[in-house]
Amino acid sequence: MINEFILALPLLLIAIGSILVLMLDAATRNKQIVYYTSILVLLGLGISAGYTLQFDVAIIAQADKTISANTIFYGGMSAVFDIIFAMGGLLTLFASREYLQRNYKEINECYSLVLLAVVGMVVIAHSNSLIMLFLGVELMSIVFYILTGFFRNREHALEAALKYFILGSFASGFLLYGIALIYGSTGSLILSDISQQIASGNYNSIYLSIGLGLMTVGLCFKVAAFPFHQWAPDVYYGSPTAISGFLCTSGKAAALVALVVVAKNVLSVETSNVNYLLESTTARNILAGISACTMIIGNLSALAQKNVKRMLAYSSVAHAGYILMGIVACSTEGFYAVAFYCAVYLFMQVGAFAIVGFIEFRDEGNMLISDYADLRTTHPALAAAMACFMLSLAGIPPFGGFFGKYFLFVAAIKSGYLWLTLIAVVASIISMYFYIGLILTMYFKNNENPINVGKMQGTKLTVALSIIGVILLGIMPNVFYGLFNFTF
Amino acid sequence: MDSFLYILALAGIKLGIVFTLVLLAAAALVYLERRIAGIIQDRLGPNRTGPFGLLQPFADVTKLLMKEDIVPEAANKKIHGIAPIITLGVAFVVYAVIPFGDYILINGEKIYMGLATAPDINIGILFILAMTSVGIYGITLAGWSSNNKYSLIGGLRSAAQMVSYEIAMGLALVGVVMLTGSFGLSDIVRHQDGWLWNIFTQPLGFIIFLTASFAEMNRTPFDLPEADAELVGGYNTEYSGMKFGMFFLAEYANMATSSAIIALVYLGGWTLPVPAETLGLEDGSVLLGLAQFVTFIVKIFAMTIFIIWVRWSIPRFRYDQLMHLGWKILLPLGLINLVLTAVGIKIFA
Amino acid sequence: MTLEIISFVVFALLAIASALLVITAKHPVVSAMSMIFHFFMLAGLYLTLSAQFIAVMQVMVYAGAIMVLVVFAIMLLNLGDEGKLRSGFNFRKLVAWFLGGALAVQIAVLLSNGALSNTAISEKASELGTAQVIGGELFTNYIYPIEIVGILLFAAIVGAIYMAKKNLPTEE
Repeated sequence: MINEFILALPLLLIAIGSILVLMLDAATRNKQIVYYTSILVLLGLGISAGYTLQFDVAIIAQADKTISANTIFYGGMSAVFDIIFAMGGLLTLFASREYLQRNYKEINECYSLVLLAVVGMVVIAHSNSLIMLFLGVELMSIVFYILTGFFRNREHALEAALKYFILGSFASGFLLYGIALIYGSTGSLILSDISQQIASGNYNSIYLSIGLGLMTVGLCFKVAAFPFHQWAPDVYYGSPTAISGFLCTSGKAAALVALVVVAKNVLSVETSNVNYLLESTTARNILAGISACTMIIGNLSALAQKNVKRMLAYSSVAHAGYILMGIVACSTEGFYAVAFYCAVYLFMQVGAFAIVGFIEFRDEGNMLISDYADLRTTHPALAAAMACFMLSLAGIPPFGGFFGKYFLFVAAIKSGYLWLTLIAVVASIISMYFYIGLILTMYFKNNENPINVGKMQGTKLTVALSIIGVILLGIMPNVFYGLFNFTF
Repeated sequence: MDSFLYILALAGIKLGIVFTLVLLAAAALVYLERRIAGIIQDRLGPNRTGPFGLLQPFADVTKLLMKEDIVPEAANKKIHGIAPIITLGVAFVVYAVIPFGDYILINGEKIYMGLATAPDINIGILFILAMTSVGIYGITLAGWSSNNKYSLIGGLRSAAQMVSYEIAMGLALVGVVMLTGSFGLSDIVRHQDGWLWNIFTQPLGFIIFLTASFAEMNRTPFDLPEADAELVGGYNTEYSGMKFGMFFLAEYANMATSSAIIALVYLGGWTLPVPAETLGLEDGSVLLGLAQFVTFIVKIFAMTIFIIWVRWSIPRFRYDQLMHLGWKILLPLGLINLVLTAVGIKIFA
Repeated sequence: MTLEIISFVVFALLAIASALLVITAKHPVVSAMSMIFHFFMLAGLYLTLSAQFIAVMQVMVYAGAIMVLVVFAIMLLNLGDEGKLRSGFNFRKLVAWFLGGALAVQIAVLLSNGALSNTAISEKASELGTAQVIGGELFTNYIYPIEIVGILLFAAIVGAIYMAKKNLPTEE
């Protein structure tokens, strides 16, 4: 019998740690201490999640859950995502310190806010109750609104923050309404109970269908999937660059976990009730449509961008489309693929944004693709790293992005979504154009005054870690996949 | 339908009694205020109308009724008219949950000495807090609808002030609720039976609550919404005649209300100073009810005299001092009180 | 029983009337006032369902705190008559009508579906609505959610202060 507190350790550590860091900030005003404590807290989250990962699912299922009253899901997938979020937070912290010092005054709230956002994500990953799910999404979103507008005196940032806040609040409304209807239908907020109720046909199908639909709308907004993706480019563009990487990787991963949690418990249930408006296959077909549109539209819009940050922002919309395939597949394999792709995507996208943030000059200069021309002469290491990330994003072996896509495609094909896979392949080919295009610009175009922004300082760590991550996951995907033996 | 009519009739009778009492109390308070102010300022105060000037409040009201009701040209007429009604209405509504005594038995039927027909409703304190938070609207709207800068500033000040002090007030009350284990005012009073007054067990909470009450009543030293010297009278600058009278009345009704709440929550309410058995009074007898009622009224008047005394002794706060006191002193003190209470309960109970 | 029905009808009708006034009133302050009134009527409806605690919270939080901010904003911005802002037919209005209609149809379907046929107030309701029961639930079954809510509000406060702070700290 494992003590419940040991299983809940990741959640407790990060929650208490984030508050502690804020208190410390108020008490000391010493930026060094706050920075290093934040890193320690995130490391603690990663290590404790790794520790809980060793317990078998069967053992965890037997554990006493009186304190959490079954509102929390322990171990397995949630622990894997805890590690991903901890990694995302760490990479963001490393990249943001120097970026903040250079572009703005270093303000400690940034670190504490990143930690608070990680709390929200961890809550989502651990949620076994719709209330926890909503609170996690809300906590994460509220912190994101603030982080988006962190550079308060920049117009882009304010515009992005306001847009994100207003639209995001609406999306939360949809989510909440959906949750209310699902509760009304099944009489429970605990997801495992809900799936039992559905399996036994003990629910109201109309409520459930409308509720699920509304929840999907809300979560698709948070993922930035097709009809609800309009906010994403503006927000990712307007936020501080180091934070953009965080928003579109960890934030996206968290929203996708929310979808996984719901899909795992609701969509994968075989229903005998014919009256089910939005039965499992219909719902999955709709999600497949959303996924297809998201990839195509994201990549097509990215084609037209001249600004690197905007290009990455649009391409991140497309990547959300790819990852949705794993949820469409709605199989254990599909969910593994989602986790794997989230991890890979974290490394490559955060790495790319870190480089953009490093090259970015004061007042949002140096951000056009043409500015990157001939980067290899002034910053050969940077150019090489950027090339790695671009190749990985395009899905070219031996980088992690290739296996990420491979697992997703296999999962989708196995559950009968061949057409979706074909669309995904076409979308990936479109995306080659701008990913490879940036590499070509960096290596083969001449620039009269190539950018020179001095030596790399702390961003180095982020980029180096990201490179290692992208290559390791590309060479030995089985190592990461091995983690999943314990999940579910 | 029978029970329905019965409930209606009972509530009607009680309403009549309470309403009259509050109006009389307000009149008495006006008289007291002016006399005490006179004494403190070493002068006589009103002493010509009736014996000892006792009829002075009625003369005041008559004067206000006879006056012309002037509504400024640029004012929003509808809201200008509604605002004083809201203020006065809220001041009265609070009495719905205030128990004036335990209960009396008439023909073997328990009749509770309060407006609420079912005093077991466990939300008395919350209801009072809710009503005080709604009371903001009257003054704020009065200030806004007058379309006068002094009025507007007064209205905004009052809203900010009341919102700020509500929190400290609520926190102080939580300590009492923790001790009692109930939100019901009757339960809180019964819990203080035998001189176990909350003022002794919750001295810090009492001080916080008292200070916050002054702010909620808009009484000196926190009368910034009126602040005659800076704002010419604040939110009620543009009011005259009976509408002004309503504000005037509401101020004193609020004073009575706050005193009643303080008396109930911290000063033992209607509990008798000596056990009813020693006085030979039976449980539920009319005499006991009367004794409880008188005890309660005495406490209310003692409290109101204290409030008036403060008004004529302490000068007005500055606005930033007011906010500083509310947010940086009272709020942390309220939290400390909460923790102390919790620790105390854990140790002693 | 009759008292319940009478009070329900009164509260419900007044709630609907005041809700209509919120959207039809020309002046924003009148809209806000009817909104407050509406919240009171909702609190009354909760009372008929024996949910005293939620009723009082409704008044305290919505009518007492949130609407104060709304009224505050209206006054500070000195919003005038909305009449000037009114335009004729436009696409947005059409969408709004459509969405409202869809919601009405949804509710009608749910009602006719018999989902709400069991309208009798459960005996248990009066036990569930009290502060003790709600507090007990919050601090046992919902202990994790309530802690997360604490963190959420904390984050929101930090953000609000950061956004509203006059001078960002300057150093270097």
